Amino acid sequence: MSRVHDMGGRFGDGAIQPASTKDKTFKETWHARALAVTLATGSLRQWNLDMSRHARECLPPKDYCEFSYYNKWISALANLLVARGVISSAEFSDPIQKMHPLSSRKLLAVEVAKVLSKGAPTSRSVEDPPKFLVGQNVKTRRAQNKFVSGGHTRLPKYAERSKGKIEICHGAHVFPDAHAHDLGEQPEHLYTVSFLASELWESPENPNDTLCVDIWESYMEPVNDP
Amino acid sequence: MPHDVEKHSHSLLPSDPELKVKALETALIKRGLIDPAALDEIIDTYQNKIGPKNGAKIIAKALLDKEFKKALISDPMQILEKHGFLGRQGEHIKVVENTPEVHNIVVCTLCSCYPWPLLGIPPTWYKSDEYRSRVVREPRKCLSDFGVTLPKDTKVRVWDSTAEIRYLVLPILPDKYKDFDKEQLSEIISRDAMIGTALIGEAS
Repeated sequence: MSRVHDMGGRFGDGAIQPASTKDKTFKETWHARALAVTLATGSLRQWNLDMSRHARECLPPKDYCEFSYYNKWISALANLLVARGVISSAEFSDPIQKMHPLSSRKLLAVEVAKVLSKGAPTSRSVEDPPKFLVGQNVKTRRAQNKFVSGGHTRLPKYAERSKGKIEICHGAHVFPDAHAHDLGEQPEHLYTVSFLASELWESPENPNDTLCVDIWESYMEPVNDP
Repeated sequence: MPHDVEKHSHSLLPSDPELKVKALETALIKRGLIDPAALDEIIDTYQNKIGPKNGAKIIAKALLDKEFKKALISDPMQILEKHGFLGRQGEHIKVVENTPEVHNIVVCTLCSCYPWPLLGIPPTWYKSDEYRSRVVREPRKCLSDFGVTLPKDTKVRVWDSTAEIRYLVLPILPDKYKDFDKEQLSEIISRDAMIGTALIGEAS
């Protein structure tokens, strides 16, 4: 099973085009509008970050590949607005002049600085101690959501069923696999796990290069080999 | 939300993305769900107030002050809070230091996660399929697209930002810049150097 956005390690992509010093922050005016509309509608609190990531991942693969970055954002936003029952799709072509019950949550210009500088930390306190310790060997499971078939998950496919080592314990964080699907935060311990390039790739540039991936506790099991 | 979100609600939107945003904006403004002045404020923030200069300021200080560097690596949040460099997409920051043995590179293969309060909005290449797909598998080939060649014995460590931890690279300060002060240094620490796709004082 493959998912179009999970492209780490994929073959066939061409050269990277580094930026030129003349590049603007937003190449087109509509890029800036797309970013701003997306951030502003977050204040309506009808979805969370994991849901909006998932909405982008749910674009048809053909669209995901063809759409530019901000086109993915606004297309996913349109889908979210409809899926969450905020507005109807008919309103996109035929807007209705009528105050929405959620309009009291509308982000105001005076609140922008505060909202952006506050962010939304995902660290949480949990009672259970971390299951893994720094230096411990672990093995990842399949990169699939266990609650919802085809659902959101943050384990990249290139790092599934692979052996790695715990590098950092980050404490507990909101679990995206649950949070993206209205199943609550279900916080779990989060770790940075290092993988040797030779564990992940058939022909690595250097077998001793490492990949560090942030991995939730339930994506892994302990490994007892020496 | 069910995973099978209605996939084609945007088919009622114009296919031209510029018109698509406009249609979305109009529909939302009419329902009182977004405030055009707030949109302008968001754009102004990321266009003019938040950018790689924030990160460069911190990194320049760390390159000159060993104690500060130690603190930045062990407990960055306290320092960043003091400088007012916290916020959206920078709620949990980790600084990773380049050494002659290890060169760090940051990516987000699953979307385009990036430390906004320190580097601003990510450049197009960072969000590109080419970078997201290739850098985890062939980091040196990717670096060569940026004109960067590492010493033969240097190992590469790629950080894939799969959670909400955002990574910032602390590059090596080349000897020829050892006499630079903080202001001069912050001028030559590029955004790409703090992502790991450039070295200090080199192009891009």
